[in-house]
Amino acid sequence: MKRLWRRISEPIIESCIRLSGLAVVIFVFLIFLFLLRDSLSLFRHYPLGQFLLGRKWLPISDPPQFGVIPLLLGSVYVTFWAVLICVPLGVGSAMFIAEVAPKAIKNVLKSFVEILAAIPSVVLGFLGIIWLGPVLRDTFHLSTGMCGLTGSLLLAFMALPTIISISEDALTGVPRTYREAAYGLGATHWQTLWRVILPSASSGIVAAVMLGIGRVVGETMVVLMVTGNAPVIPTSILQPLRTLTATIAGEMGETVGGSEHYYALFAVGLVLFVITFIINFIADLFLRRARK
Amino acid sequence: MNEARLRQNIAFTVLGAVTLLIVIPILLVILYVAINGAGAITWSFLTEAPRNGMKAGGIFPAIVGTILLVIGTMLFSLPLGVLSAIYLVEYASDNLFTRMIKLSVVNLSGIPSIVYGLFGFTAFVLVLRFGTSILAGSLTLAIMSLPVIITASKEALESVPFTYREISLSLGATRWQTVRYCVLPYAIPGILTGTVLSLSRAAGETAPILFTVAAFYLPRLPRGAFDQVMALPYHLYVISTQVPNIPLSLSFATALVLIAIVFLMNLVSVILRAHYRKKRLW
Repeated sequence: MKRLWRRISEPIIESCIRLSGLAVVIFVFLIFLFLLRDSLSLFRHYPLGQFLLGRKWLPISDPPQFGVIPLLLGSVYVTFWAVLICVPLGVGSAMFIAEVAPKAIKNVLKSFVEILAAIPSVVLGFLGIIWLGPVLRDTFHLSTGMCGLTGSLLLAFMALPTIISISEDALTGVPRTYREAAYGLGATHWQTLWRVILPSASSGIVAAVMLGIGRVVGETMVVLMVTGNAPVIPTSILQPLRTLTATIAGEMGETVGGSEHYYALFAVGLVLFVITFIINFIADLFLRRARK
Repeated sequence: MNEARLRQNIAFTVLGAVTLLIVIPILLVILYVAINGAGAITWSFLTEAPRNGMKAGGIFPAIVGTILLVIGTMLFSLPLGVLSAIYLVEYASDNLFTRMIKLSVVNLSGIPSIVYGLFGFTAFVLVLRFGTSILAGSLTLAIMSLPVIITASKEALESVPFTYREISLSLGATRWQTVRYCVLPYAIPGILTGTVLSLSRAAGETAPILFTVAAFYLPRLPRGAFDQVMALPYHLYVISTQVPNIPLSLSFATALVLIAIVFLMNLVSVILRAHYRKKRLW
């Protein structure tokens, strides 16, 4: 009886395991397919060229205009500044945590990074509204604190855990012999870190930065709450703007299912999907190179 | 003291300062929320429904909603995630299919949360006709959590020494028996750590539940898996941006409860990890 049960149950379990492996591939495929299907419904009525190159996002005017450029540039602006802020901070503190800090402090710092990673984005968005926004408004004498920079600062903060933990892995993953060779030649700890360890870990650090960028581009709630939601082509980081993600989150609730506007939001989703796909693919290439 | 030494001291001081520049804001954020929110947290805030257009009362339905979503997410993502990790580590040979799975995991982890929201809306709410419901929201969050669970489970399985498998197989056990009795038991703590961590992230997410489950204002408990539900992160978003004249103390208290739940889950995962390291056999 027991043997019979085994003969039946094992193939069932093993095919479940195989199916689960397949499921992940299917999910990615389905996400792409659903986005594509609804985007194509837009492009049946609205030319693809006007969507990709249009300079105006006016979904409820008559006739509506669905130019993705202002949203794309909004994401680019916010991401650029966020990366400019968080990459030096993130890589610098990864170097400190991996190389300089004594073991006890190292563990404390690591748990701080984990705490930061755990703070929900909506909480940071809330703090951006009631605290960071007003502070920036008063410092830079702006008409509103709900602008690109508020978003960039918060996004930089949110991308730090990704950048720090992956950079730190890359730095500690450098073979010990490299370090010993440098010390043997009389280099100081700093010279070794700067001239030997950092360059050897560069693949991993590039991957960390790419994954950080992916996180910033895809973040939704913070930018929805603090960047002012003005879908115009930005000329400065100090003015209100609107990202790709915030547009979907902010407008989806107001659209009628099956309208052009509704499908346009799926097209924006498809643009996001393609961008993050490319970023993560590059990050994965660098990670793989780092492991070698 | 020569020049190289001096340079090293300057460089390390700068790196330390950079690290402080990160640590201090983290502390400030937590303290700021805790100090401003603690005053409004009372027993009735935690156990009562919101009243008076959310300007008064508590957040009980939102707490219940978030807990239900976490449980629902786990029901779908844990078995699927662990089984696909088992496939990748124990069964897969290095072929095109396996590489496609690995690439898909990488991709899934990079997809923006709002895109999961769009997908969940079309796939679960519309195509499968679940409506905006706990079921649709849990499934959306589950797919989003999969990559973290798979990666953590994969690492846990890979860390079990190869000799365990060799011995089991040499005694005539089948491949599944080997996995079930000689690999999985030792990988479970690591799998749980990763799962709890990914669930804590799901608990704090707003974008995926915007169109799939979250109710703007629903001061009662859900009646089943096909019911809508309030959720803490969405509630915080609503009261801080969508409804005017909400007392700030309520927003702070909601933020504090959300952070507390997420931290509690993280703490569980840290304790599991510590416990696991101590009992490790190899």
